[in-house]
Amino acid sequence: MPDPSYVALAIGVAAAITISLRALPFAMRRLLAGSALLADLGRWMPLGALTILALYCLSRIDLGAPDHGAGPLAGVVVTVLVHRLRRNAVLSIVAGTAACLLLSNLLPW
Amino acid sequence: MSAAVAVRSAAREVGVVWLGLVALGTGFGVVVTGYGFPWWLAPLISLTVFAGSVEFILVGMLAGGASIAAIALTTFVVNSRHLFYGLTFPLHRVEGRLPRAYSVFALIDEAYALTAGKDPAMLSSGRILATQAGLHLSWVGGSLLGALAGSLLGDVEGLDFVLTALFVVLALDAYDERPDRVTLLLATGAAGLAFLVAPGSMVLVAMSVFAATLLIRHRRGRQHA
Repeated sequence: MPDPSYVALAIGVAAAITISLRALPFAMRRLLAGSALLADLGRWMPLGALTILALYCLSRIDLGAPDHGAGPLAGVVVTVLVHRLRRNAVLSIVAGTAACLLLSNLLPW
Repeated sequence: MSAAVAVRSAAREVGVVWLGLVALGTGFGVVVTGYGFPWWLAPLISLTVFAGSVEFILVGMLAGGASIAAIALTTFVVNSRHLFYGLTFPLHRVEGRLPRAYSVFALIDEAYALTAGKDPAMLSSGRILATQAGLHLSWVGGSLLGALAGSLLGDVEGLDFVLTALFVVLALDAYDERPDRVTLLLATGAAGLAFLVAPGSMVLVAMSVFAATLLIRHRRGRQHA
């Protein structure tokens, strides 16, 4: 293992930067309190951020994997279908993940 | 609401996401010991830094003896997307100074995703904290498990799909809650652009472009109003 003081310093720096980045917008928010801009952001940001995170995950599906991405792609289809039919987040996630696991691990790719 | 009730209600609704973080954390633990680091380093990093993707990068840099400046810059770039979460996270629902500080510290992607799309009035302080503490414990526990028993567990392909399914489901719910096609289009365009020009930091670039479009949209709305 490298020098423990180097490792400790690196972890401390990474932790401090991470928490600062998480805390900073709350300070900005205090400056914007009650403004129309903050109200608009509150209206638009959640859907936009979730859409971006979902698309990011989809973009990471590896089509060059042994299953050519069939597991995760099937998982996405099952997740969306089950969610459209039952609107139960836990059920949709479990069903989609089960489909992904089955296709990725059980079929002989 | 008592703490026990809050934990139970959180477990029912987001327990499956906790399991997903255990699975991902296990992967992290395996990577850390794979570099030859002692078993306790994985849960220690997960406890203190608590930022999934950057932790994987951090241990790689530590193993390679990267400079502290390089580690600081990388952490800053990769985690800058968090600058967008605090603007709309329902921190005002969390009661008490210390719980609030913890809530800010533990504001990972999943914590934002599981709370921001919901009506804040429906989220109690205990419920938000239980959600976050559960994510944290799962991530640390998974890291410990992977570091101690990684080689015994074998490799289950696809368990991390839980998070993909989570974000897809939450995006669908957010759209149903507020069927705003303009937002959907702007976010999709921003993500597509970021994927093409900066695949290595897609989320950060996409969020920045999306936020810029929101500022323009806000200005235009004011002019027309």
